[in-house]
Amino acid sequence: MWQTCSYWSSMKFGVVVFPGSNCDHDAWYATSRNLGQEAEFIWHDSSSVGDVDCVIVPGGFSYGDYLRCGAIAKFSPVMQAVKKYAADGGLVAGFCNGFQILTESGLLPGALLMNKGVKYICRPVGLATATANSPFTNQLKAGEVVTYPIAHGEGLYYADGRTLDMLEAEDRIAFRYTDNPNGSLRNIAGILSEGRNVLGMMPHPERASDPLMGCTDGLKLFQSIVAHHSASLTTTK
Amino acid sequence: MTARVYVSPKKTVLDPQGQTIRAALQGRGYASVGNVRQGKVFEVEVSGDPAQARKDLEEIARTILANPVIEEYRVEWPEN
Repeated sequence: MWQTCSYWSSMKFGVVVFPGSNCDHDAWYATSRNLGQEAEFIWHDSSSVGDVDCVIVPGGFSYGDYLRCGAIAKFSPVMQAVKKYAADGGLVAGFCNGFQILTESGLLPGALLMNKGVKYICRPVGLATATANSPFTNQLKAGEVVTYPIAHGEGLYYADGRTLDMLEAEDRIAFRYTDNPNGSLRNIAGILSEGRNVLGMMPHPERASDPLMGCTDGLKLFQSIVAHHSASLTTTK
Repeated sequence: MTARVYVSPKKTVLDPQGQTIRAALQGRGYASVGNVRQGKVFEVEVSGDPAQARKDLEEIARTILANPVIEEYRVEWPEN
């Protein structure tokens, strides 16, 4: 019921579903209906991610945000599978709570702290593309500004100075806020893993992918993933 | 036996909650109040071999209850 199969689709997205996820359907809709690719859900107690080409760890309040945002989700069976998938080079993108889960799991460095203003913020923000050299941003230009919504109380990106220097030196900052809403260090909104195959970001591209939502900037991120996947198929053939 | 695990933000990490509480207290006129940091306390009941319980709780505190990137912890055992 939740699978789509379109004749033009070239890849399959898998959207992880935790108890408390609330952007899972948005991510499914953005990748299937708006992007025209296959998409399916992956239940949190699955011990495998299946045959998907990209895993999305969606936003929400996994396990009620108990202990720390993302702290309980990291022990779920599916996250062990996601870690292995990422270690083998698989594409993993975490948005909002998904970013928090990826940092808690150790797939990305740093942590997300309570917003500097101690307030939950829900509004569109400007993001400057910090690098176009990634599977998630290759259809954007470095410096290009896109608008994605944020909706979080704990989105202040923190890492120690040495880690921040390393992220910058290795061109691993994907997006920076043009007008920092939450106190994130060095205006960081999203980062990449060392292998560049894991992306974590607080803003929601999946909520900016349908014309009805007033902005389709988010599609460029998903189109980048498709372009990367198509290119990798060409090179392996 | 009940042990307590205290988890608090590292001194080097921004603590917006602590700063807000500090500002409120100073706003109330408590001039004696300086910096405030907000953490959390876990009361954990343990049983069985005390040495194993200590080892377990130390590991739990380090790997689960605290996130070492941003937090520090202290395990406190009841005196007997």
